[in-house]
Amino acid sequence: MSDENQPIDFLGAYCPLPLTHSEQIVIGHGSGGRLTYDLIQSVFATHLTNPLLEQGDDGVALPPIDPEFEIVVSTDSHVISPIFFPGGDIGKLAVCGTVNDLAVMGAKPLYLTAGFILEEGLPVDVLEFIVSSMAKSAEEAGVAIVAGDTKVVERGKGDGIFINTSGVGIRPRSLHISGRNAKVGDRIILSGPLGEHGVAVLQARGDLGFLSDLQSDVAPLNHLIAGALEAGMQDRGNAIHTMRDPTRGGLATTLNEIARQSNVGIVINEAEIPIQETVISVCEMLGFDPLYMANEGKCVFIVDPEGTDRVLKAIRADKYGSKARVIGEVVSDHPQKVLLKTMIGSTRLVDMLSGELLPRIC
Amino acid sequence: MDTKLRYGFRDTKLVQAKVRQIQKLVTRPWAIMEICGGQTHSIKKFGLDQLLPPEIEFIHGPGCPVCVTSLELIDKALQIAALPNVIFTSYGDMLRVPGSKGDLFSVKANGGDVRVVYSPLDSLKIAQENPRKEVVFFAIGFETTAPANAMSVLQAEAMRIDNFSLLVSHVCVPPAMRAILNSPSNRVQGFLAAGHVCTVMGYWEYIPIAEEYRVPIVVTGFEPLDILEGVYRVVRQLEGGTHEVENAYSRLVTYEGNRAAQKVIQQVFEVCDRKWRGIGTIPKSGWKLRDAYLKFDAEHRFDTQAIETQESPLCIAGLVLQGLKKPYECSAFGTLCTPQNPLGATMVSSEGACAAYYLYSRNLESPKMNHV
Repeated sequence: MSDENQPIDFLGAYCPLPLTHSEQIVIGHGSGGRLTYDLIQSVFATHLTNPLLEQGDDGVALPPIDPEFEIVVSTDSHVISPIFFPGGDIGKLAVCGTVNDLAVMGAKPLYLTAGFILEEGLPVDVLEFIVSSMAKSAEEAGVAIVAGDTKVVERGKGDGIFINTSGVGIRPRSLHISGRNAKVGDRIILSGPLGEHGVAVLQARGDLGFLSDLQSDVAPLNHLIAGALEAGMQDRGNAIHTMRDPTRGGLATTLNEIARQSNVGIVINEAEIPIQETVISVCEMLGFDPLYMANEGKCVFIVDPEGTDRVLKAIRADKYGSKARVIGEVVSDHPQKVLLKTMIGSTRLVDMLSGELLPRIC
Repeated sequence: MDTKLRYGFRDTKLVQAKVRQIQKLVTRPWAIMEICGGQTHSIKKFGLDQLLPPEIEFIHGPGCPVCVTSLELIDKALQIAALPNVIFTSYGDMLRVPGSKGDLFSVKANGGDVRVVYSPLDSLKIAQENPRKEVVFFAIGFETTAPANAMSVLQAEAMRIDNFSLLVSHVCVPPAMRAILNSPSNRVQGFLAAGHVCTVMGYWEYIPIAEEYRVPIVVTGFEPLDILEGVYRVVRQLEGGTHEVENAYSRLVTYEGNRAAQKVIQQVFEVCDRKWRGIGTIPKSGWKLRDAYLKFDAEHRFDTQAIETQESPLCIAGLVLQGLKKPYECSAFGTLCTPQNPLGATMVSSEGACAAYYLYSRNLESPKMNHV
């Protein structure tokens, strides 16, 4: 057979169809064009659907707020590494973080917005898992994700995915919850054991050389907090003066902030502070103090002594607060300082976290 | 750690009983040096100094590896870490130690590849994974960290990993004890020897020191009851006029120590004079890599000659490390010098005496704690 008579391989001569890029994030997903639109339809709209988001405009018009309520707004960016860890992922964290920030203001969280910064190369499966995780947490918290944005950065310029969430909530105008409201004599309630998120993330980084069954405590606390607020309602007002979630910097930093804002002293009792043995072990090994480890599902309540029992009971009735304890009180001595009564009978200062938590050498 | 540690070695009743035993023994003031920064940290963290009778004075020793690493070596670390083809690995608490100009965090912020590792073997793994990069491990520490560092060199050789090196700054406890005791201004009457170091080295090295300087030395652990037991035994000797080496940490420490670890150290390192930050050069107080392992020596591999060091003129870390001053006696303590803005290494490390005072007892109303 001569060369002219060779059969032609038409497969190689077709004008190539563009790849769909449905498996991996590429720069084009951030272009604002067709790829962006497809990604929104296939991932975000699938999991986060609700009438407000579906309007598809540049912003979202929200229903009017009852004049007896005021609007509370909060925002938080999430840059955690790794993006998956025992007990959660960056999506769950992004929703719970902002829901909890609103809740500790005494607000009922209603709406969230979500901004995604995706790194080129991120598998779409991973994005989809994270978005579905956000949807689950939003459902549990009873909030709607009503607006969003997606940008893509070049490979190497991100950590897979960053998420910013902003939240809107409402609270009664009569409710005064603030870090400035702690009063001498108030009791301090901690909703559960410390340090689980911090240790779970350290472990998930995989460079500690050990494993445990410890899970992050990341959770939406708005229902727990709503129950506590309800229980704290008294004739003269609300028994809960201050609420705060001890995230980065841990309980130690949170209590120091409150002591400074309210110009009071705080004393906590080591024997009353709930901490899991696994957390204690890891911290002992690395030279960390659980008082400084991050939490993503805990709340500190500063409560009028008369209302303490009722509030504690309500917190314990919630699944995220079953191990709540009264861990200390607000005092007039040593204003703006936090002291710890140790289990062996001495007293020491508990300072704010300075810079990064760094593991000790030996 | 199991519940035994939290509720056993920290048991309130046992602690109080041991404190009472010490109170009964004491008839006059005694100055006891805890050599190890980990013990300083425990003393302040658990407030043990508050529980003990005022006659007992703790003098904080030079046993914080982060604090005593010489400024010259920190500056060398900064210089090497800033090189474009280098991955510089270090224990976390070295990252904030100030050199003459900046720290490893600032090198990282300026684009240097600085990574925190938990062991030199992690660093070796990074070298394996990055064959085109030079991977350097900042090998600081006392006898405690030396075996793992030595092992990393032996493994690098066995695995023919030639892009791995150590910036070595090993220091040894016994020569430092001698230097303190030889000082004309020495006030130390008894030592709590560092339990971790003795786990590796045993306590045979301390027997000639106790005899020569007529000073009691008690090998001591880190939990509240461990430290109180150490104090009890030192005071018992001081009051009784004896000067022996006792082992109050027998659950982990033996006379001869960990022979296998000592053998590995001997194989890879040899004794050298070593400069201690704030103190100066102490003869035969450190270890360096033997000539046979010179290719794993970062100082040999990189040109780090042109270093000009400059200490803060205010910092008295050297006097603190020798037990001659307390942290709160420094004019900069808690004001110009804080953990956020440390002037000296003793304010940086979690084991540093200044950091321990700052964190746990600064500016409190109790007379024993009112330090600023």
